This record gives sequence, structure tokens and C-alpha cells, in this order.
Amino acid sequence: MIEVCNLEKSFGTHKILEGVSFCINKGESVVIIGRSGGGKSVLLKHLIALLKPDAGQVRIDGEDIVPLDERQLLRVRRKFGMLFQGAALFDSMTVAENISFAFRRDRSLPQDEIARKVAHVLELVDLPGIETKNPSELSGGMRKRVGLARAIVYRPQIVLYDEPTTGLDPIASDSIDKLILRVRDRLDVTSVVVTHDMRSARRLGQRILMLHEKRIYAEGTPDEIFGSRDPIVRQFVEGTSEPTAEKGILLPYE
Amino acid sequence: MGFWGQWISDWLEGLGRLTLLAKDTFTSLFTFKVAWRDLLYQIYFVGVKSQSVVLITGAFTGMVLGAQTYFQFHKVKMDTATLAVVSVSMCSELGPVLTGLMVAGRVGAAIAAELGTMRVTEQIDALRTLATHPVDYLVVPRLLALHLALPLLTAESIAIGICAGYLVGVYLLGIDPIYSWYNMLRYTGTTDVAVGLLKALIFGGIVAIIGCYKGMTCGEGAEGVGRATTEAVVYSSITILITNFFLTLTLGKILHTL
Repeated sequence: MIEVCNLEKSFGTHKILEGVSFCINKGESVVIIGRSGGGKSVLLKHLIALLKPDAGQVRIDGEDIVPLDERQLLRVRRKFGMLFQGAALFDSMTVAENISFAFRRDRSLPQDEIARKVAHVLELVDLPGIETKNPSELSGGMRKRVGLARAIVYRPQIVLYDEPTTGLDPIASDSIDKLILRVRDRLDVTSVVVTHDMRSARRLGQRILMLHEKRIYAEGTPDEIFGSRDPIVRQFVEGTSEPTAEKGILLPYE
Repeated sequence: MGFWGQWISDWLEGLGRLTLLAKDTFTSLFTFKVAWRDLLYQIYFVGVKSQSVVLITGAFTGMVLGAQTYFQFHKVKMDTATLAVVSVSMCSELGPVLTGLMVAGRVGAAIAAELGTMRVTEQIDALRTLATHPVDYLVVPRLLALHLALPLLTAESIAIGICAGYLVGVYLLGIDPIYSWYNMLRYTGTTDVAVGLLKALIFGGIVAIIGCYKGMTCGEGAEGVGRATTEAVVYSSITILITNFFLTLTLGKILHTL
């Protein structure tokens, strides 16, 4: 279970998050939406303590991770897998080395067992047989799949997705969405997805949180968010540059 | 806060962060299992691949030092002391300092660029999400490799510098080889060699820590990586030169009192 209480974060004089609070239950699939530069990725990175807040708490299974130092956090981070916006594959390693990175560091598994796990997880992300390829040989969509394979190979309890479909064509985006759903259902993980792709948000989220003006502005099921009459929410859902209600346009959901 | 106030504040903050990185690295050295494969690769990259640069620098420094010393000593009929000056200078000062500066340029820059690129492409964050401490994986192997490689490179540089100085002095300038060799052995002590190697050990740590620090804290984008690389070389070089002065002074005092 993830609990965020009154989170605040600034970079210099620029305040990004102010009093952000929410809760994500075990096994739940939550999508965080909001405008580009609105602090969604910053918020996501706080959940795994890649960033430290100026104030507030982040509790993972009841434990506040904010006061923990980098070494203490290693234990907490074993519960997480994360897919980065640009996949963040280690470019000096092959696909197999990327995926098996932590296994090789732990030295807890024999080589053939590691190879079997890598092959299995590559099957799961529909990329069998690419173990020996380098990240530079892969397309954007393939890199994200390998990034996802690396995130889930350790069977984490929580998977974080930072803009998983950004920069991909609609077909590749669709396949990544399906993959996220498949991972959620097969591995029974808690998923937190940050996106501004509304089609993905509707498909992936059991619950949607909208970050606006440094706070959680709206929260609800996809149907509630997409059916909302609030002008700010409508503007985002519709993808218009000005709040639609203010312009007096009849909304399709009204 | 004015410009200078801000500058001093930033400088002190940077120094504090650098110290924390050094402390983290020191802690990691005693708690973390070294990955031998990574360490061997770093020794190869830092040591083996730097040899040509270091050997050329050492050889030409020895040659020019030999020639210049001869020109001055010849005026007072002290030709046979030339090689002794070359030897002592190479062992305790020029060998470690020039090797340190060359390695700072080659390896310090490469470390900052590699780690900087990893930072801007979120690879360092990815390491952290994979429950790996970046200091354990990135800093410790580089630090150990530089601590090990720089004294060895310095020893090579000293040896080739003295040989080159001997060749120039004896075969080009006509100094008596027997007296030159005798004087060199008479005036060069084991402490000179030990001081040089100790300095190299410390300079290796400086290049590693500053290179890693600059890479891991670099700004965004290509400009950030470029700036981190430049700063790593400049700060390592300046720190080596300043540290060398204090080491010479301190070690000189200590050895003098022994």
C-alpha cells in the first residue's frame, strides 16, 4: 500500500508540489494525469524515493521512506520496478545483461537459471530471442518493452510507469498499453502510471488522479473523470487549450 | 546575497557534496563486495589504455629536463650532476604530477562524460530502482582502479623519464656516463621514489572522486555533460597541483625530522 501525505517539493524557488495527498491500495491500478511539466514524473519519483520531498510523508506498506538514507532505501526499492520515460537501458550492456542486472549483482542464482528467467520475461513482453542485441539496435517501442522486462523480472509488488507511451506511434502505444494490462493481471502487481495520453489513462486506470496547480485536483474512476463537468478536468480530457465550459461549448458528455 | 556571496555559497555546497561522496565511497569500500569483472575492466581502461600518453609525457619530460639542466650545469662544470637532478625531479615531483595531470585529462574526462551521460539518460536512477547503490557500482571500481593504476603508471613514467634523460645527456650532450650514473644513485634516495608513488596514490583518488562527482551531479542535456567533463579536468588538475605543494611541504618536513 502506498500512502502520500502532504507532499511538498520545490526546485529552487519554483514550487512543483504543494500538499499532495493520496492513497493507492495493494493490487490497484492508478493513473496520474496532468499537464506536461506539471510535476507528474516528480511525484512518481517520490514514490520510490528517487527524489526527497521538502515536506510530507511517503509510506510504503506503512513505513515512511522519506527519512531513510540511500542504503536503507535499497531494501524498500526491492518492492518496486520502474519503467522510465526513455527506458533508461544501460547502453554498455546487451538486452540480457540489462534484464539480469540485479541477479548478476546478487550472485544468488546460477547462470542457466538467470538465462531462463531472461528468456521467460522476454516472451512475456513479446520480444523472444533478442538477448544478445544492444539497446542501440532497438526501436523506441522495443526499448520500452525491454525496460519493462527489466522492471518486472524480479517480480516486484509495485510497478511504476513514467509516460510509457510518450514518443510512440499509436500502434506501438496500444501494444504497450496491452502489455501493462497483461503484466498487471498475470503478476498481480500494484500499477502506478503517469501519462497525459488520455486513451491510455482510460484503458489502464481503475482510478485516475489528476494533478493540477501542484495538487491532486480531481480523483475518480475513469468514467467519473471522463464524465466530469468540471471545466479544468474537461479541458484536459478534451485536449483543448482553454476550458471548454467557459467558452459555452456543449460537451458530448453533458 | 551578492554575486560573490552566492559563488562562495555554491562552492562550499559543492565541497560538502564532494566530501559526502568521498565518505559514501569510503563506507562502501568496507561493506561492499567488489565486482572483480568491473574492477578489471576499469584497471584496463585506466591503466593499460593510458600507457602511451604517460610514457610519451615521461620520456619527453626527462629529455627536456636533462637537456636544460645540462645547459645550466655546464656553465659551472657540474655536467655529471645532470642525471641526479633529472632522477630526483622525476621521482618526487614531475613523474607523479605529470602522470596525474595526463590521467586527469584522459580518464577524469572520460569518467565525467560517461557518468554524466548516464545521469541525463536516467541510467543512474535506473540503477537505484534496481536496488543498486550508484557509489558501489560506479564509483568504487573506478576509485580502486585509479588508486592502483596511477602509482604503476607513475613508476613507468619515472623509469622512462630517467632513461630518456640519460640517453640525451650521455649520447647527445656527451656527459660522462659512469659519473652520471654514480651521482644519480648517490643523490636519489628510496624516499624520493616512495614520495612519488605516495603522491600518485593520492592523485589517483583525486581524479576518481572529482570525475565521478562531476559526472553524477552534471546538469541537463549535452551542455551539462560537456560542462561536467571540462570541470572534472580543470578541478582535478588544479587540485593535483595544490595538493602536490602541500604534500611536498608536509612529507619534506616529516622525512627531514626522521
